[in-house]
Amino acid sequence: MATAHARGAARVMLSPAVVVLLLWMIVPLGMTIWFSFQRYGLLSGMPPEWTGLTNYRYFLTDPAFFTSIKNTLSLVGGVLAITVVGGILLALLLDQAFWGQGIVRVLVIAPFFVMPTVSALVWKNMFMNPVNGLFAYVAKLFGAPPFDFLAQAPMFSIIVIVAWQWLPFATLILLTALQSLDSEQLEAAEMDGAGWLSRFVHIMLPHLTRAITVVILIQTIFLLSTFAEILVTTNGGPGTATTNLTYLVYAQSLLQFDVGGGAAGGIVAVILANIVAIFLMRMIGKNLEA
Amino acid sequence: MGRITLERVAKRFAEVEVIPPLDLEIEDGEFVVFVGPSGCGKSTLLRLIAGLEDVSAGTIRIDGQDATGMPPAKRGLAMVFQSYALYPHMTVRKNIAFPLRMAGIAAEEQERKVTAAAEVLNLTAYLDRRPGQLSGGQRQRVAIGRAIVREPKAFLFDEPLSNLDAALRVGMRIEISQLHNRLKTTMVYVTHDQVEAMTMADKIVVLNAGRIEQVGSPLELYRAPRNRFVAGFIGSPRMNFIEGDEAARHGAAAIGIRPEHIAVSTAGGLWRGTVGVSEHLGSDTFFHVNGTGLAEAITVRAGGEVNLHHGDAVWLTPEADKIHRFDREGLRLA
Amino acid sequence: MARSVTTRRKTVVTILAWTVAFLIFFPILWTVLTSFKSEGDAIASPPKFLFFDWTLENYVTVQERSDYFKHFWNSVVMSVGSTLAALVLAIPAAWSMAFVPGRRTKDLLMWMLSTKMMPAVGVLVPMYLIFRDTGLLDTRTGLVIVLTLINLPIVVWMLYTYFKEIPAEILEAARMDGASLRSEILYVLTPMAVPGIASTLLLNIILAWNEAFWTLNLTAAKAAPLTAFIASYSSPEGLFYAKLSAASTMAIAPILIMGWFSQKQLVRGLTFGAVK
Repeated sequence: MATAHARGAARVMLSPAVVVLLLWMIVPLGMTIWFSFQRYGLLSGMPPEWTGLTNYRYFLTDPAFFTSIKNTLSLVGGVLAITVVGGILLALLLDQAFWGQGIVRVLVIAPFFVMPTVSALVWKNMFMNPVNGLFAYVAKLFGAPPFDFLAQAPMFSIIVIVAWQWLPFATLILLTALQSLDSEQLEAAEMDGAGWLSRFVHIMLPHLTRAITVVILIQTIFLLSTFAEILVTTNGGPGTATTNLTYLVYAQSLLQFDVGGGAAGGIVAVILANIVAIFLMRMIGKNLEA
Repeated sequence: MGRITLERVAKRFAEVEVIPPLDLEIEDGEFVVFVGPSGCGKSTLLRLIAGLEDVSAGTIRIDGQDATGMPPAKRGLAMVFQSYALYPHMTVRKNIAFPLRMAGIAAEEQERKVTAAAEVLNLTAYLDRRPGQLSGGQRQRVAIGRAIVREPKAFLFDEPLSNLDAALRVGMRIEISQLHNRLKTTMVYVTHDQVEAMTMADKIVVLNAGRIEQVGSPLELYRAPRNRFVAGFIGSPRMNFIEGDEAARHGAAAIGIRPEHIAVSTAGGLWRGTVGVSEHLGSDTFFHVNGTGLAEAITVRAGGEVNLHHGDAVWLTPEADKIHRFDREGLRLA
Repeated sequence: MARSVTTRRKTVVTILAWTVAFLIFFPILWTVLTSFKSEGDAIASPPKFLFFDWTLENYVTVQERSDYFKHFWNSVVMSVGSTLAALVLAIPAAWSMAFVPGRRTKDLLMWMLSTKMMPAVGVLVPMYLIFRDTGLLDTRTGLVIVLTLINLPIVVWMLYTYFKEIPAEILEAARMDGASLRSEILYVLTPMAVPGIASTLLLNIILAWNEAFWTLNLTAAKAAPLTAFIASYSSPEGLFYAKLSAASTMAIAPILIMGWFSQKQLVRGLTFGAVK
């Protein structure tokens, strides 16, 4: 739907962004793939040498790998469960008429803008610390013994921290979707004799399905790469109790200086993320046509 | 001057031929209306003339000069869009002045022309408003103002009235006609509404599936439609078509008779039927008559108030010399 | 028609909503309050909410001891720099895709998005080595480059969805009115797209400001932005809650304010237009 002149101009203006992204995609990823087949220690002083699939064998049979997969899944699953259910409830609440909607919205969205290192440290020290944290004080009020969250329930604690950061995101998106629901539809359903629950189940929930899927997919992409929260609270510990895949690859490459092993882990992470990405892309692509 | 010539102009989108090669001559000062159902290619044809789309084949001449590869800005044409396409961030004054500004015309000259155009279009009071603060009709006038200050060789209108309500549409129709009478500039006007075509055009081009079905003055098309498509498209309510024995009696595959050319009577006539739906408008009365055995329903127009209602038995008589005859391919028989 | 709501129901909802909002916001509020306490008050039991000796001493200490403003400035350079660089690349690209769509435009958009889905850790090793070998490690330039690349797809997408909403007819009108491509973009498209460009800018600064993978892995002392600066508080010595709070408050305050302004655009930007 345009003239040849416009198409020519468009091609010229499009190319810088495309070239830059193409390089960004191909060069480092290509290097990662290459390294993953090499024995390459940063400190060994030995030149890299080809080892075939050894790195993968080593990485995939490392017990820490299975723990990290398990941890990654519980982190992603736990946060998703809290944020999706909490987000729906919050969105339903905030969609009602009440005084001070603007301010409440601003308060609820705020945690999303807190940088991960800050939220992790604040929660770790000022809330979850067994001696000086607020939770310890609250426990004392009720006569319960203080609980060392990050030592005794490390994964749960990290899930809480991360969920706090992402709950606003889920809420905001679901609220936006809810507000785009045609109120005439709800009124029609009410005229048809649908009670609150059936209106929720038969009209609101189907309307929200799309938004919920988007929330799940996008959060999954980000949650798979959770890193800073773990780094500043537990360093992946105690033991490997909070080591997720991202943290494991980081530890392998930059703490143990094993470039080859880290690269192999990186490729595994890419493959896992892509499985999620395919579903997300399909959804967004469908929307593009609509 | 504003003479536009299309020679074997064709347009393909990917593999689909939207407009097969066609020829068309638009004379200087003429008001030409492209009319046809939606998707017939009339807007595409206009955009080809404007230069907003490249032609796939053929030549477009403006005043004899080859304009086929010219960018739109160089063609000296002005266009009024269906959505008005006003610049929302500019005041009415700046909107109207924009083409002058692009042409590098001095500020005082711009001001003079904008003021003159605003006066003609009754926009003087609104010059400092933004498009968002105007009514539909006013926006339409701003769009026209933006077109006339350029003093173009021809105006192109792309369904300019379709976003207005019915009453306003009639008013704007008259205004555009008056504008044409005053400026005497070539106007090419696209619409799907045959009433607009009939009331405004010097020359109507009826398009269907990218092809030109017929070119002619409004009354030529009304009196002698070249085929069943044109016959059915021009005129409101639609022409009645009758096939079968009754058509064969006239030596045709089908005959067409306009609702206004059928007399209705309770006493007697040629065809007998019962009134299905009657529409009483005061000035006219329309009857949809069933049970004639000729077609599912025959539409009849009677002048003034006629006191017949649903279920009444009536007789219909067509005016013999107003019967159109068509052959098997739908072409008009002489 | 909005339905009418009884006052009693509205009161109940109000109380409920405010309670939930307060609980969610509480960690931030608590951090801000603690930043004005002395270290002793910060760990007092029972906790002191409002009645303590308000002091600005922590802010002074944080600046003196760890040169807060250096890190703040690093964050500013990195987030604003990467956002502007991304806009320069993205505006022409988004114009092309929105107004001159071709058969492959959709594939191109999806491909750009797919680069965003690549987990950072997948390219951590090569990026670290490339940066080490080119001397970009622990430099602001290096961070600007990486953040430009990781946010470029979002910027292109956001601008694309905004540009898409500008009717093509208006640009065609400009073309008919004799505007060149340059005038068309300068006088018609850009002024109309200013709100969209502004919110893209805002959201992208926020994302870059809070980015906490590359900033932690590719910087040390010199170029460390606030994310890395705060992370250095994870192994504390002695009393430090109040100082941690002061540093945190300064790190999140500017972005919190920007975030509140951009919350509407946030949804569209982070869902790539899938939810509006």
